[in-house]
Amino acid sequence: MTLAQDISPPPPAAGENTILTVDNLCISVRTEQGLMPLVENLSFNLSKGETLAIAGESGSGKSLTSLAIMGLLPPPAVRVTGGSIRFDDLVLTGMPEHRLQQLRGNRIAMIFQEPMTALNPVMRIGAQLVEAIRAHENISVSQARKRALEAVRAVRLTEPERRLRQYPHELSGGMRQRVVIAMAIALRPDILIADEPTTALDVTVQREVLDLLRDLARDMDTALILITHDMGVVAEMADHVLVMQDGRMVERAPVRKLFCTPEQPYTRKLLAAVPRMGTGHGVHPDSQNEPLVSFRDTRVAYDLHGGILGRVVQRVHAVEGVSFDIYPGETFALVGESGCGKSTIARALTGLVPHTGNIRFKGQPLGNNAIQRKKISRELQMVFQDPMAALNGRMTAGDLVREPLVIHGIGTAASRRDRAAALFARVGLGEDALDRYPHEFSGGQRQRICIARALALEPQLIIADESVSALDVSVQATVLDLLAELKREMNMAYLFISHDMAVVENIADRVAVMYLGQIVELGTGSQIFGDPRHPYTRRLIEAVPHADPDRALPARVIDATDPPSPVRAVGDPPQVVVHDDVGDGHLVARL
Amino acid sequence: MTATKPATLRASAPSIWTRLRRRKLALIGLFLVALTFFGAIFAPWLTPYEPNTQMFEGLTMQGAPMPPSAQFPLGTDLLGRDLLTRILYGSRTSLIIGLVANGVALVIGTLVGITAGYFRGFIGSVLMRLTDLMMAFPALLLAICLAAIFQPSLWIVAMVIATVNWVQTARVIYAETSSLSQREFIAAERTLGAGHVRILFRHILPHLVPMIIVWGTLGISTTVLLEATLSYLGVGVQPPTPSWGNIIFENQTYFQAAPWLVFFPGFAIVSLALAFNLVGDALRDVLDPTQRGQEQ
Repeated sequence: MTLAQDISPPPPAAGENTILTVDNLCISVRTEQGLMPLVENLSFNLSKGETLAIAGESGSGKSLTSLAIMGLLPPPAVRVTGGSIRFDDLVLTGMPEHRLQQLRGNRIAMIFQEPMTALNPVMRIGAQLVEAIRAHENISVSQARKRALEAVRAVRLTEPERRLRQYPHELSGGMRQRVVIAMAIALRPDILIADEPTTALDVTVQREVLDLLRDLARDMDTALILITHDMGVVAEMADHVLVMQDGRMVERAPVRKLFCTPEQPYTRKLLAAVPRMGTGHGVHPDSQNEPLVSFRDTRVAYDLHGGILGRVVQRVHAVEGVSFDIYPGETFALVGESGCGKSTIARALTGLVPHTGNIRFKGQPLGNNAIQRKKISRELQMVFQDPMAALNGRMTAGDLVREPLVIHGIGTAASRRDRAAALFARVGLGEDALDRYPHEFSGGQRQRICIARALALEPQLIIADESVSALDVSVQATVLDLLAELKREMNMAYLFISHDMAVVENIADRVAVMYLGQIVELGTGSQIFGDPRHPYTRRLIEAVPHADPDRALPARVIDATDPPSPVRAVGDPPQVVVHDDVGDGHLVARL
Repeated sequence: MTATKPATLRASAPSIWTRLRRRKLALIGLFLVALTFFGAIFAPWLTPYEPNTQMFEGLTMQGAPMPPSAQFPLGTDLLGRDLLTRILYGSRTSLIIGLVANGVALVIGTLVGITAGYFRGFIGSVLMRLTDLMMAFPALLLAICLAAIFQPSLWIVAMVIATVNWVQTARVIYAETSSLSQREFIAAERTLGAGHVRILFRHILPHLVPMIIVWGTLGISTTVLLEATLSYLGVGVQPPTPSWGNIIFENQTYFQAAPWLVFFPGFAIVSLALAFNLVGDALRDVLDPTQRGQEQ
């Protein structure tokens, strides 16, 4: 026990309305070295109708705390080793499983991050809701159906009767999360725990789901525990905030106080690392220069086969008639929501998917010729979203970084080893890291390995496909700094692909906004963020949660309809948009 | 969610042998395998008898086989041959079949599976339809046909077993390879400019090693048994050459009168199969770098 804990503030006194009291909660995992604490001496109260946000980075113990409240800690290794959790008059810690089951879903409900995994893919939505309701209340199927319909209406799904007959895969991500919420509120729980409820969703959908959660909590007087890493979401949603780090509470305060006058250094650091949206920067590059990469009317389409003869019945128009240039030394960002085709552009550029139309690299057209591809791969490297997935787990970090040198036959074994060590030093990893395997590193360190690997061939363009999206904010900030430094040093260009408007605003010189496989707006950072012209761009920018509790919330857009789809019948290609120059190279799609 | 921290690091990871040595079960398996090899190689020096010599003193006065005794540690069979000697010599057959036949099947299956799984398309379809075709034949019937066409000998039996046994491996490796090929690190490798051969053998194959080891060790027991079946049907190893399988089948009718004749070779088959499985399991864990530091 350290001194810091001994002087941690006592939990606020339990008031009239208190529904949940967590007192000195300790959670430990059993390892070969004995019990290892994961959460230590955590205390807080929750009142009826209150929204408490538990904020922290990965590994801070915030999800474990919520699982402990639900009695869902993964047995037998992880368990509560001290303290108590009191719900209403009941002590949850040490309660037998069958009694917990009665409470779970009924009085304490939980919403998980990934809606697709929380729903049974082979059951209709209606059947799942009815089952959940009937598990707790002894009512007839038809009564339960009525309740299910009410719940689906309450989460503002369009065509509720039809939704009940659909399967989860027929719904979009946002609609699925609404179904999960409907399931959670169908029994009118006293406490709703939402564990990163919007992390897997697009920003415009996130906005809708947050609005919905806020309204539901207010209307039903449900206490909401919101677990999130996103300080923007915290600022918009919470009444009180509890900041956690390494299993300990760092600070607990009302939301305004926390954001305006954070007391603890860690809270200050966390808040400082949150990328804030400004009005952009960047200038148009000198068009006299030869562009590094130029896309002209590039298309990528996948055929969907069907019928007994396996004919092409539909086509996915992932990228449709896209044209833009990337100049040496600039950071060009592609933004848009999932499925808009931004990653497909990167994959077409690196030759992972075939394209039609034109892509030129330094004036040379890119074909599907393997030898030419290999030559170009020296100058064009990619950093992927999930570094754990992008690194071969059976090779050491050193081998992984040497790999591109080996493939291209550069240097001798000794010189390659030196080069790898130098690259590691450059991205801020020690030399001892060379002999370790990817799983022995943290997420941020792994992404540094990926960056070192991409740098090994001294490319002129690095494609960063959601490269910082999976990282904690403080780590994200340091990786972004590293990318910026490297760019200055080596004068590389970046094709930066992201769904995160705030990150793009901070890093990009020029930005292209994509929607359904096409670019709807293209301009410098200041043109896009300072003067957005296309309604979709505006919607994207407005939807971003700001880490500022005093900021007025944007107007509601209720839009839980079927989203438009890039899947179209053969012979019915989408119309390619026409762009107007609204001044100084700022291109906007004509509506 | 699970709040795992990156494992704390050692200066140098212990070698594969050091880590293997910490596993008791693996050591037992290794010991049994070594024992079998020892028996197979040094059989002539380990026993005073010849495997195929029928001995007068090996039968009782009534002409029945002798139970285990000081003179014949495992007893004798119907023809008065020493059972221990036959099991020792028979281990040669079983090891050759188990290792060679199974090894060849494993290599064919892996090559077919990995090629079909990685390239898919036309090559993949052709290879996998061929596999399905092989699967459609009853394995035993096919083996009998092949063995009947060729002059039965130990090596022919091994090849026949390999021919019918590669299909399951091919299927499993195919499925695993096609899912591995979709993984991001393969895409990353392609963006680095790596060729197909390098991706296949340097990046995909190492991930298949655990699966190959498990299938390989499981396959040893099935091949030993398949050889026994073939020998029994008269198309396998020809008597009087002993194999564990044909010892059992020669003597099964006398199971009630002379149980040791079935028990000892049966025990040999079971323990060899088990031993290979134990070693295989341990090797799979030890060869996987992500398991490091997580063992007892």
